[in-house]
Amino acid sequence: MTELFGVPIAVLSGQVMIGLINGSFYALLSLGLAIIFGLLNVINFAHGAFYMLGAFVSWGLLTYGGVGYWPSLVLTPLIVGALGAVFERTMLRRLYGLDHLFSLLLTFGLALALEGIFRWVYGAGGKSYPVPASLQGVYNLGFMVLPIYRAWVIVASLVVCLLAWVVIEKTPLGARLRAATENPKLVTAFGINVPLMLTLTYAAGVGLAGLAGVMAAPIYQVSPNMGSSLIIIVFAVVVIGGMGSIMGSIVTGLMLGVLESLTKVFFPTASAITVFIVMILVLLMRPAGLFGKDK
Amino acid sequence: MAHRYRDFRPELMSAPWRYSLLVLAIAVALLAPLAVYPLFLVKVLCFMLFAAALNLVLGFAGLLSLGHAAFFGGAAYAFAQSAKIWGWPFELSLLFGVVAGGALGFVFGLIAIRRQGIYFTMITLALAQMVYFLAIQAPFTGGEDGIQNVPRGTLLGLLDLRDTNTLYYVVLVIVVACLLLIRRTVHSPFGHILGAIRENETRVTSLGLNVSRYKLLAFTLSAALSGLAGALKASAFQLATLNDVSWHISGEVVLMVLIGGIGTLWGPLFGAIFVVMIGHVLATSGLPVSLVVGVVFMACVMLFRRGFYGETIDYLRRNLIRSTNAAGNSGH
Repeated sequence: MTELFGVPIAVLSGQVMIGLINGSFYALLSLGLAIIFGLLNVINFAHGAFYMLGAFVSWGLLTYGGVGYWPSLVLTPLIVGALGAVFERTMLRRLYGLDHLFSLLLTFGLALALEGIFRWVYGAGGKSYPVPASLQGVYNLGFMVLPIYRAWVIVASLVVCLLAWVVIEKTPLGARLRAATENPKLVTAFGINVPLMLTLTYAAGVGLAGLAGVMAAPIYQVSPNMGSSLIIIVFAVVVIGGMGSIMGSIVTGLMLGVLESLTKVFFPTASAITVFIVMILVLLMRPAGLFGKDK
Repeated sequence: MAHRYRDFRPELMSAPWRYSLLVLAIAVALLAPLAVYPLFLVKVLCFMLFAAALNLVLGFAGLLSLGHAAFFGGAAYAFAQSAKIWGWPFELSLLFGVVAGGALGFVFGLIAIRRQGIYFTMITLALAQMVYFLAIQAPFTGGEDGIQNVPRGTLLGLLDLRDTNTLYYVVLVIVVACLLLIRRTVHSPFGHILGAIRENETRVTSLGLNVSRYKLLAFTLSAALSGLAGALKASAFQLATLNDVSWHISGEVVLMVLIGGIGTLWGPLFGAIFVVMIGHVLATSGLPVSLVVGVVFMACVMLFRRGFYGETIDYLRRNLIRSTNAAGNSGH
């Protein structure tokens, strides 16, 4: 059995692989968006920009500081998260009482500004980031060749997503977070510092985006527009999955990633718009989204 | 959308003041080509119309669309295709652009109106990105090069639009007519229902009105007018490109409305002038437009959410109330 639907198995499984990788990034980013939206009621348009920032920070750490991939995997999310916290404290916080529109526009402006800064300093072209030595090479699975780094990205992002799920659904911290989402006033009355929680949630959400950026750096080119092209697709993913459930975002992200790259095998020209077509179909048939609770 | 955004209330100014401002505005519009390069003025006019069209849904119906570039750029392609490849006359190509923008808007509206608030915004953005990807791949858009050397032709076979001064006055008449149409729409019963939907959608539904139909109609009208703006721009610059359908343009037009004043009739016009000028100044400086646009966006949201025009009107109105109160008190 070397062919399926007239396509060689190796090609097909290679595409599924690429799909799982893209899907992991969709999952990581839509997870962060969902966490931030759940508690802050803010649609973080700058999420893609923080992902781009993560890739650039890890590239910068390597190029200017000689800091390698593994330390960068920890440092970069912390740096990006800290920048996010500063942004939340100084600007985003002042807009909580107002129409959603304004926080969306503020983060939209931030996304434009960040992209502009990096294009100004580094130009529109991409920088390449080497695959770390310990993850170089391939596994030969018989029916296909699997680059180790790609396998690592899929496994690592799944683990991170599941960890996030466990923290939110199964720990006391997560319980407080969920309680603050339901009724912030009541939770404040119980003596929990809700403003601090909001800052940390925002930092954690964009930290996840930063982490995705580090993992993406060796796969895609590190370029100023890597965030904006991704975030619009992630928005469609979020519309499809609905932001009600964490598991929903993870499953939807992976599913759409695979679907998108399989489309590339069968209808190459339609691949770029697959996610959007699925979004339209879902909106027509199930407007609240696959996992969404309509509000 | 908050109730702070009110129309300009004419009683702020006495009639002689209003008429002299109107006369001044007309004089400036008529004499501007003497002082400024006409093609630049045409660009400003196109974006004024575009911003006013977006404001119709953003300001008066409370629907934030981040997908309006699809109507603007889509109509530009439609205009360029019909004027250059099919050799249609100017008026017919323009009409085709309007129909293309309106039809796209109708389809976008049908899909996006199924969700509210930020979901609506995300859906419009995603749909516009889909149009962008289609424009990259479709054979007739010319990919990265776009459709170039689009002929301008003549208006009704009488006025030669290759003369940029003539072009300016023709575009001026069209844009002013559309602005009056928008003003009429906002003050019509339809416009008041849109305002009511913005303030309290559930209540309008409970009054027995079909909210979705009103939203869809407003969205389609806004898209058709954006299409007209895009087609006019394509005719002036003889060019339709990918840039016109990109999400950056959707963002810039939102900024124009925000910076002028969301939900004010005249604010977006000032916003359009300001943003087009920023682009013009930066074109030679090497500083990326998106950086400056992004920073202005943030400053605007943080510091003056009502926009230049909105804040000014608010200031004048507070002054008026204060002086009226003072006069009333001294009478005791």
